Amino acid sequence: MPKVSALDMPDVPMGQLPEHLQLQRSRVVCKADAPIHLESFCKNFKLEVIRLTEDEIEFDMIGIDASLANAFRRILIAEVPMMAIEKVLMVNNTSVIADEVLAHRLGLIPLNADPRLFEYLSENDSPNERNTIVYKLDVSCRKGGPRMTVKSDQLKWLPNGSELEMTPPNQSAKPKSYTSFSCSQDSMPEFSKKPLGVKHEDIIIAKLGPGQAIELEAHAVKGIGKVHAKWSPVSTAWYRMLPEVVLLKDIKGDDAEKLVKKCPVNVFDIEDLGNGKKKAVVSKPRACTLCRECIRGVNEELVELRRVKDHFIFTIESAGALPPEVLFTEAVKILEDKCDRVISDLS
Amino acid sequence: MEHGSLTDLTASTFSLMDEDHTLANSVRFTLNQDPRVAFCGYSIPHPSDNKVNIRIQTTGDTAKDVLKDGFQNLMIMCQHVRTTFDKAVADYETNRPSKHMNIDTP
Ligand code: SF4
Repeated sequence: MPKVSALDMPDVPMGQLPEHLQLQRSRVVCKADAPIHLESFCKNFKLEVIRLTEDEIEFDMIGIDASLANAFRRILIAEVPMMAIEKVLMVNNTSVIADEVLAHRLGLIPLNADPRLFEYLSENDSPNERNTIVYKLDVSCRKGGPRMTVKSDQLKWLPNGSELEMTPPNQSAKPKSYTSFSCSQDSMPEFSKKPLGVKHEDIIIAKLGPGQAIELEAHAVKGIGKVHAKWSPVSTAWYRMLPEVVLLKDIKGDDAEKLVKKCPVNVFDIEDLGNGKKKAVVSKPRACTLCRECIRGVNEELVELRRVKDHFIFTIESAGALPPEVLFTEAVKILEDKCDRVISDLS
Repeated sequence: MEHGSLTDLTASTFSLMDEDHTLANSVRFTLNQDPRVAFCGYSIPHPSDNKVNIRIQTTGDTAKDVLKDGFQNLMIMCQHVRTTFDKAVADYETNRPSKHMNIDTP
């Protein structure tokens, strides 16, 4: 806003405030965060998908408050459940990578399993086909051979559960395995078509030298990102407010050329006014990163950078198990469930 | 859990366990749109406690009912967001140029 001296306002009658202050004094401006009713929210809320690929979505959410947009983002990162390796049973590890480091690396591998088909494994539950996925890794490097790289595709899914046996409490007892599957997972209709493998086959787990070996079993369970980031279903989820770039004065001729050159992401463009005259226009405000290069030094009074308060450009990058559009719906459902729970607690 | 006085039902503090900014800030937003609410705010008393306190003072109605309505409104908003999102995705899918379509080859 241009600066006006308090003493130099010929168009304001004595004893009155300038127009914009008068407006502020006498009116409540209804912005997105000011009182609105549910109906007008429903009427004004808009959503538009800009880009949707297998593991990424970008969409515009218009007419919503930051508190809700942020709630969705927080839920996506920390509260939408996922499957991840939680327990690793080491049988043999003679590689240079320590057991706990190896277990941690395994935990972070994205699994190709739909968490909605599983239940949480609670403390006094025994691991069964409804809450646990078992993988086996058995690799060794031949003595005298070249060094070898262990990749995530060598993790083999065991649909029948654990193959390792617990030490029985006494001699006569029948040995039990670490899981108690009542049926094989690949006989279940939801998994028979889509095996529960890993999402990416080329993640390096470890490197083995000649004569070294790793044998282990990994148990994956359902969890949420709040407990450990390995259960976060997104690589990241973020939003930014739509930038708005406004030219306060006409910028012509050489100045226009200079302005266009200044912006690294080409927000400005030149409009030809005929007979050699040129004018700068804002052509792609959406691309603006708010780096402030265009207002550095000379242009401070000419260009104003703003953001639209209720227009969010939301981006979700899925880590693999679920497509990004499903993740968002799940996140909104989780917020609904939270409300539902509190309402029933209060009644 | 509700902390309020027995004589004045229009002002209360509610303690929600296992919740954080996600829910509290959203419901603060919906409550502040309610004309019956004179004051509403939330705080997390200690970052290592898993709880939030939501304070509500109303202009005459019972704080508990107003809070319930706040959650109800939040739920309706979520449902609306979800249906709009599903529609937007479906629209995008139908208008999406086919991946295998190659315009250049005759
Ligand atoms: S702030 Fe940066 S990106 Fe935005 S218009 Fe100015 S120079 Fe371009």
